[in-house]
Amino acid sequence: MDAVLELANVSKAFATHKAVDDVSFAIPRGAFFSLLGPSGCGKTTTLRLVAGFEAPTVGEIRLNGERIDLLPPYQRNVNTVFQSYALFPHLTVQGNVEFGLRNKSKDANPAADKVRRVLEQLELSGKEARKPSELSGGEKQRVALARALVLSPEVLLLDEPLSALDPQLRQQVRAELRDLQKKTGVTFLFVTHDQEEALSLSDTLAVMRAGRVEQMGAPQELYRKPRTKFVAAFLGDINWISGVGVRPEAIRITRGAEPGSKMAVVSATSFLGPSAHVTTTIEDGTRVTVQVPSSDGPYAAQETVYLSWSATDELRDLK
Amino acid sequence: MKRALPLYALGAYLFLHLPLAILAIFSVNASRFTIWEGFSLKWYRAMFADRDLLESAANSLLIAVAATILATIIGTLAAYALWKKASPWLAGSLYLSLVTPEIVTGISLLAFFQWIFRYLHLRLGMHTVILAHVSFSIAYVVLVVIARLRSFDPALEEAALDLGETEFGAFYRVTLPYLAPAIAAAAMLAFTVSIDDYVITSLVAGVDSRTLPMVIYAMARRGVNPVLNAVSTVVVAGLGALILISERLRRTA
Ligand SMILES: Nc1ncnc2c1ncn2[C@@H]1O[C@H](COP(=O)(O)OP(=O)(O)OP(=O)(O)O)[C@@H](O)[C@H]1O
Ligand SMILES: [Mg+2]
Repeated sequence: MDAVLELANVSKAFATHKAVDDVSFAIPRGAFFSLLGPSGCGKTTTLRLVAGFEAPTVGEIRLNGERIDLLPPYQRNVNTVFQSYALFPHLTVQGNVEFGLRNKSKDANPAADKVRRVLEQLELSGKEARKPSELSGGEKQRVALARALVLSPEVLLLDEPLSALDPQLRQQVRAELRDLQKKTGVTFLFVTHDQEEALSLSDTLAVMRAGRVEQMGAPQELYRKPRTKFVAAFLGDINWISGVGVRPEAIRITRGAEPGSKMAVVSATSFLGPSAHVTTTIEDGTRVTVQVPSSDGPYAAQETVYLSWSATDELRDLK
Repeated sequence: MKRALPLYALGAYLFLHLPLAILAIFSVNASRFTIWEGFSLKWYRAMFADRDLLESAANSLLIAVAATILATIIGTLAAYALWKKASPWLAGSLYLSLVTPEIVTGISLLAFFQWIFRYLHLRLGMHTVILAHVSFSIAYVVLVVIARLRSFDPALEEAALDLGETEFGAFYRVTLPYLAPAIAAAAMLAFTVSIDDYVITSLVAGVDSRTLPMVIYAMARRGVNPVLNAVSTVVVAGLGALILISERLRRTA
């Protein structure tokens, strides 16, 4: 495997506690790699270690096989899209995008060409003369991307770049981000606490918890074969029935009893648009949520139903 | 209420500016006394003929320009360092320097200079006045600049480093432009506190470094002299123009 970025047993201890604890991973060139985890689990710190804003307490960080963890940020060929975008308020869109090129090449003309192409690619043509205060949230985000991509970084670091956008725009920008990554071929290291985002965007996904990587793999693999209860629950809704995990969409709900089915009483239904979640209680008192197409039902409260699922959908032996 | 407010504002402005207006009027009065006897520029002519006044005005300008440049540079860098290191002790000591009575500051500076002069063969003069002015202006500069830094997003400097700038480059290309209006305002403030200082200056000045306030004060003690009205009007007009210019600069920045 041709790894562009490698972290080997990297830890970062602050005065009071370890924010990153023995993290190792390797990102193949051109991959979309995500770090997913709850707030405070060390995602941003990991990104800052790669960017060079923090130094690891232990461990090595390698870019193209060469150690970079001792280099200052300005000598690392990685660039960051900050969560708040951090656009320079006194510069125009053009000025922001050109900012980094000034340090890269002395030759003015190819740079101007590059800027124009990147602005075109991110649909910012015609907005060159605007100040960041005159841009919408989505445009700011694209300027932040353009400013980093124009330098052709080995790895682009993105810290929750979609979190500042409103939900509707977020869906659209998510798709655009994926396209952009495929088109440019730049390796993305993407940080998010949104499981849907991570599942839909990533080639590989690492779930973090309290500074450690809990599990790493392709999205489908993590979703279907989580090794721990934490990963199973973080990647989607899950029911715990007699020590076994079953996802709401794996359960079938019927009005009549079937071989092996469990009797349950409906307590509520919540409508989610294309689907609905039916909350039920089985005989031993466990609450079980079932996902059904919203055209199903309706299931009334106190109605008796039967639940069944196939054994292959059971998530067993989770730690 | 709606009518009372403009009236109130007018009253406040009159209270503030009426004395200055009267000063300006009497500076072009033909009489020595506070009775209007017709328009005349004779006090202005007298002012330009007075060697003492001209010399001290030149001294004051030189001192203020030198002290402003030094205090603005030192104060801006100090504010930046305080902001980076976020030291509450150092920031608190700045307020101490602001509330210290001028006479105390003056005496302490005098004592300091005399102690230094034991080891160096120097005397009180322009340089001691400039140093004294730098010393009391720094606190003003730091406070103005640090107020602006409070609204500065540290991620902007990180973004500059990320895009290939060194620490110095990040400061120069990102932080400094952001601070520019505050630095200009701080320089204005330093200039005005330097131009009008009397107490400290009179303590640390030498024979060759009498400033405009010192000469005006000496003249005023000798009795009513309408030349002083002319001088004061020029000073107020000059500082007013500076403030207008800096406001204009701040808005275009
Ligand atoms: N400079 C610092 N000094 C001390 N502790 C820090 C510092 N930076 C981060 N931490 C702590 O390290 C832990 C990990 O922080 P980090 O910002 O990496 O979390 P995160 O996963 O990005 O969370 P979020 O999703 O909320 O952004 C947190 O407990 C945080 O309080
Ligand atoms: Mg974070």
